[in-house]
Amino acid sequence: MSALFHIVVCGGIVPDPLQTLEPVGSPTGPSLKNELMLPAVLDPWAAHALYEAAHLAKAAPGSKVWLVSLGPKAKLQQVMMTIAQKVPFELVPLDGPGGGFTESAEVGAVLADAIQAIPGLDRSRLLVFGGWESASRGAGSTLQQVGERLGIVDQFQGVDYLGVGPDGVLQILERVEGGKHQASTCAGPPALLGWATGSLPEPPNNPQIGMVNMRTVMPALQRAKPAKVGIEAAGFLRVALPAQRRETRIVKDLPVDDIAQEIVDWIGTK
Amino acid sequence: METILVLAHTEMDGSLGRPAREALTGARSLQSRLEGSTLIVGLVGADVKAAADAAAGCGADRFLGVSGAAFTQSRYATDAFAAEALCRAAGATLILAPGTSRWCRTLPGVAHRVGGRTDTHATDLSVADDAVSIVRWYYRQRMEATFRWTQRPWVILVDPGCLSPWDGAAGTASLHAVPVEIPAACLRTAVTGLQAPAADAQTIRPDADLLFVAGAGWTKTQPDGKAHTADAAKLILGFLRKSQASLGGSKSLVDLSGEGQAVLPFMTHLNQIGQTGATPRHPKGLATCCHGEEPHAVGWRFISERRAVNLDPNCGWARGKADVLYVADAFAVMAKVNALLAETTPA
Repeated sequence: MSALFHIVVCGGIVPDPLQTLEPVGSPTGPSLKNELMLPAVLDPWAAHALYEAAHLAKAAPGSKVWLVSLGPKAKLQQVMMTIAQKVPFELVPLDGPGGGFTESAEVGAVLADAIQAIPGLDRSRLLVFGGWESASRGAGSTLQQVGERLGIVDQFQGVDYLGVGPDGVLQILERVEGGKHQASTCAGPPALLGWATGSLPEPPNNPQIGMVNMRTVMPALQRAKPAKVGIEAAGFLRVALPAQRRETRIVKDLPVDDIAQEIVDWIGTK
Repeated sequence: METILVLAHTEMDGSLGRPAREALTGARSLQSRLEGSTLIVGLVGADVKAAADAAAGCGADRFLGVSGAAFTQSRYATDAFAAEALCRAAGATLILAPGTSRWCRTLPGVAHRVGGRTDTHATDLSVADDAVSIVRWYYRQRMEATFRWTQRPWVILVDPGCLSPWDGAAGTASLHAVPVEIPAACLRTAVTGLQAPAADAQTIRPDADLLFVAGAGWTKTQPDGKAHTADAAKLILGFLRKSQASLGGSKSLVDLSGEGQAVLPFMTHLNQIGQTGATPRHPKGLATCCHGEEPHAVGWRFISERRAVNLDPNCGWARGKADVLYVADAFAVMAKVNALLAETTPA
């Protein structure tokens, strides 16, 4: 592979998925109860994007990976303690709200501004990565707006595979309806890819990578610029947990034959 | 006064797909409740005449179309050009579109181009005080929000399966072609085809009446001290073949392949439901050998009738989440279910 890439991964932070989440109202709009106390992780699909970026950069010597992340500075620092041990990258932190009740256009704007301000970034070799949806807002609408602001019109969402041909042509598989993948080719960078699960496992922690990363991560966090991302509080009429409980009929000690018959009857009824 | 644009793309055969007709239902509903509003249908595809005629009886004030060979492909650059042109030609303030993979990829960027806002995964639309609001989920289907924006245009992508499809009479639509000239720079991407498992190995069926969810328990050690993964695969595939159900997998089962454990070879990340997977919509769901509490059970959220087979009567997937929990061995139950289905299903 002779191509060289400048890969910018956009990845926010989200509450650990195993935490109990409860919405609360505030003068500035909805948020999560005890949001700043909840342990955070790098957004799962954005994490896949980061691993894929590092894998691609390793296969294309001379390539470089940046991670642009918006969130409260203290939370970013906590997440970086873990994620910085996974793969090499340079952090571009943005100090601002990281919750789901922000507006994607505003987030897209601050991310695009941060990318444009990266020193030495070669836009002709640029690949913008990110998760195709976040685990917070879950809209899948931010990356497209980042791409528009950067003038990137070759965009792909739900990506599970990116290959680079000997001629530098990108080969991409995107998730589409019905458990299928749409296969595309793209002449080369610049391009934007919103990743789904990809095909790589989570890399093991590597303390040496962590030490190298943290030399730049900590100063970057100290210099993190405040990002103004708000919401129109009046836009939200209601945020609530759904009524989840059902009255479950528990069937014990019923012979297998009877259970099977009941299930078959149930499947057959409209 | 709102100008409502239903933005749809044609299917490969030139028809108007079910998700598009669902968006049409939503738009008609809004138009009927918003005094003075107008309804416009905008279509994108290789040839949009058949789709326009299919929607001729929907009561739209105008039909606009962008067509040509370049719009056969589901490609961001060309789709964005077409959608932008239609939004501008319609002077739309509210843009309703089906949440297909094609439009989810494209329309958020189009919203930026036309200076609007965008919201995806809308599950309901309503009107109160002459203002439109939508319902959508946050934090991976864990909380539900109702909200509205005052900024226009507002692009709303409606999740497929949430509204009933419009099913009115076809006719002959008066279609106005919107001219679009595609720059060469928008043709750097080429769609080369679709990749799918062989027909007999396709386990994801979005239109199926039943979602069958397999959990990691299928691969665990059984009472005889051994795992019976091959038997599990045979039972599950046999059931899917006979029932034509769609297959979902819990995260723990899908992840096993990355941990070097015995796995079900047909189970991939595309089958995964829940937090970092899909949240499919089916009328019924049957979960087998699934374990875990919230948030893993969010894969159930949009399944109307739910039943579970599990040896653990306190399993978080089932208790309080399912309508019926059968405390039984899924291997034995599904073997018998398959036998019963074989009696009624042609081979």
